[in-house]
Amino acid sequence: MFKNKKRVPYSVIILGLGILLVVAIMFSFFLGRYPINPSELFGILLSRVIHIKQFWTDQMATILFNVRMPRILLACLVGCCLSAAGASYQGIFQNPMAAPDILGATAGAAFGAALAILHNQNHLMITLYAFVFSLLTVAIVYFISKKAQGKQVLGLILAGIMVGSLFSAGTSYIKLVADTSNQLPAITYWLMGSLSGATTTTVAIVLIPMALGLIPLFFLRWRINVLTLGDDEARTMGINSTRLRIIVIMCATLVTAASVSVSGMIGWVGLVIPHLSRRLVGNNYKHLMPATMLFGAIFMLLVDDVSRNLLQTEIPLGILTAFIGAPFFVYLITRKEETF
Amino acid sequence: MSIRVSNLSFSYGERLILDNVNVIAEPGQLLSVIGPNGVGKSTLFHCMLGLLNGYKGQITIKGKDIKGLDVNEMAKLIAYVPQSHYPSFNFSVFDMVLMGTTVQVSAYSTPGKEQIKLVETALERLGIAHLKDRGYTKISGGEQQLTIIARALVQQTSVLILDEPTANLDFGNQILVLTQIKYLARDGYAIVQATHNPEHAFMFSDRVLAIHGGKVLADGMPSNIVTEELMRKLYTVDIDVQSLYQDKVRVCIPKIVIEDNHPKV
Repeated sequence: MFKNKKRVPYSVIILGLGILLVVAIMFSFFLGRYPINPSELFGILLSRVIHIKQFWTDQMATILFNVRMPRILLACLVGCCLSAAGASYQGIFQNPMAAPDILGATAGAAFGAALAILHNQNHLMITLYAFVFSLLTVAIVYFISKKAQGKQVLGLILAGIMVGSLFSAGTSYIKLVADTSNQLPAITYWLMGSLSGATTTTVAIVLIPMALGLIPLFFLRWRINVLTLGDDEARTMGINSTRLRIIVIMCATLVTAASVSVSGMIGWVGLVIPHLSRRLVGNNYKHLMPATMLFGAIFMLLVDDVSRNLLQTEIPLGILTAFIGAPFFVYLITRKEETF
Repeated sequence: MSIRVSNLSFSYGERLILDNVNVIAEPGQLLSVIGPNGVGKSTLFHCMLGLLNGYKGQITIKGKDIKGLDVNEMAKLIAYVPQSHYPSFNFSVFDMVLMGTTVQVSAYSTPGKEQIKLVETALERLGIAHLKDRGYTKISGGEQQLTIIARALVQQTSVLILDEPTANLDFGNQILVLTQIKYLARDGYAIVQATHNPEHAFMFSDRVLAIHGGKVLADGMPSNIVTEELMRKLYTVDIDVQSLYQDKVRVCIPKIVIEDNHPKV
């Protein structure tokens, strides 16, 4: 009689999301300018594992492995990271409206990228600049909050807003002085978010910080639950709330910085996906964290599919996610309370 | 004895909040701490829970000095029932109680079968097993308080600290919650609770501690504390204390003075 009835469906939902992700990945391999039919696709993929006589062109294999595969992987990783970071921040700041940019990570990344473009750096350097400035911004925010009087959480959020706006102003200034014929469009395009620069190298580079952040977030997910109750309560339940919050902030910042450094500014995902996941599996991070990671990956992949296939030119991701995010925000503030 | 506070003093900067306070809570006893707002009850509790460290004096739980113990060790000695409040996220009652077992699982894992069993037992004990799949924010205030008490029970400590467990509850729920707390004391827990209701303190407690201005005003049997003299001193209003049903109940009746010529604003 005491068998928890809700638990079984939750793990089934998570499994379902996992299957959906695999299907979405397969589906995304077909999409693109260069048509590849199913038998060719499976032939190329299988040939990596077992020996098959080649019935496809070399060009197909190159497109599949060097163009579509990194882009698909990157879309999944970025979606997964931004959603996981959003869900984590929401938990540790006890704030359902928190998103990955709450501590200025995206504003810092944008400034770094703009600076790199201003200095005519190559694509890899832009990513590196964005990453470093993103981490730097959050570090500044953190040290300011340490000096702030009063509540630690409030100090962090206020410092995040302040330093974030400072870096945004810096970005605006760079746009003002940038060369209007090539640099300014490049900055603008970067700020709108895109995965078009995905290569095997970029995937390999960002995979390390992403894994370093995602793995602890996944395993600490039960403790994040306890932290949502507030510091004093968490401490009396045996959680060192200050230390846990710092660890979660470091991990969430690392994955956010890695994501925005390759994708540019992609808003809303980190807010929308955790909330949709909460609707699916509830607020318990034991289920919420894996669900939001998978859901984020699926969502980003599908949005990127639309971005690269809907029109002749690519639609920036930031624009697409805003089109989906803004109506969702309206839904969030007007919805009926959940009734369980 | 389970928890002993000796010569505890605490100050925020220049302001002395607690002045040489002594508290003893024995297993099987319900100790009620009474006193007006702002006399240092919360500070006393925070010190006992190890949330505040800059105090003078000594606090021991089961003979162990708690100064310098880390949060993990503290959570195994003493559990806390805060005032019910609205959480940021709606957890199920079951998950809410399961959080109390966090101290038993390693940092990177989630509670397992053993912990689930503990939760089921605690829910059953407090008579709220039927609520386990409900959302915490969707149940009544009394049920919320029992949920938080269940969460403290699964922490498997022998000392419980309750901060005004009946605040914000309707009359019936106050009695329901206090009755459950009384049962827990009878089962061997050492319980310290803050309350604003001297009548409840009299009815349910084994011992009452009255704090005023950071000092212990009186400490002893409920019948010696809930008296006219002490109540008037403690709450600084004119109070009549009546004994009913062969002193099973004491009623505190404030003398209300409504002046006819009270100036209008």
